[in-house]
Amino acid sequence: MPAPDEFRLQLEALRPYLLRYASLQLRDAAVAEDAVQEALLAALAGQASFAGRANLRTWLTGILKHKIVDAIRRQAREPVVSADADEEPGEFDELFSERGHWNERPAAWGDPDGALEQAQFFRALERCLERLPARTARAFMMREHLGFETGEICKELAITPTHCWVLLYRARMSLRECLQQAWFGK
Amino acid sequence: MKLPSCKETTRLVSQGLDRELAFAERVALRVHFAYCVGCRRASRQMAFLRRAVQRLPEREYLN
Repeated sequence: MPAPDEFRLQLEALRPYLLRYASLQLRDAAVAEDAVQEALLAALAGQASFAGRANLRTWLTGILKHKIVDAIRRQAREPVVSADADEEPGEFDELFSERGHWNERPAAWGDPDGALEQAQFFRALERCLERLPARTARAFMMREHLGFETGEICKELAITPTHCWVLLYRARMSLRECLQQAWFGK
Repeated sequence: MKLPSCKETTRLVSQGLDRELAFAERVALRVHFAYCVGCRRASRQMAFLRRAVQRLPEREYLN
């Protein structure tokens, strides 16, 4: 086991990564910072439980994930300050004709899983996630990264299931478009 | 049964990732996919998004 000071330095070195990871999901710099701080403190206190594990980053990411879920639950109890607009009637109108058919069919992505071996791809994905409206992004990350059930997302974000599906649909359609432009169409 | 448009189909595909679709909805999707390559692609791409976002932290291990 590394000496406590050395362990602390190793943890600190990961702070920028942790902050980026938390911000992506919480979309609030102060809340993200708190979650990271809590995770680092928990990690310091739990150094013994890390002993022998292969990867500090993976272990720390796991701790932070729990802190992010806690933060989401805490925030849910506070009133919503700025809600993204509800479904706009003309949403994605440029994608579809009046009768609801594709104006421009989605292009084939070939074998997209090859992209998952490239850091550049994940950078593009993160940039696309950052462009989503905050609540849309939070709902999407809760569902797809943190693995919440839809019912729980509705509860935490204080929205109806229908609204929840709309947010997730919006996120998926926007990300699909964004990745087409930023990655697969290149 | 009214056939869903591409806009409706993509909504249904998305909801299929979040809730259990009814039998009629699954049939409507399958029928639509049979003649619409755009929606087949959109469906595969939404499923891919899920895999990609699950693996987000792995970026740190890649070059």
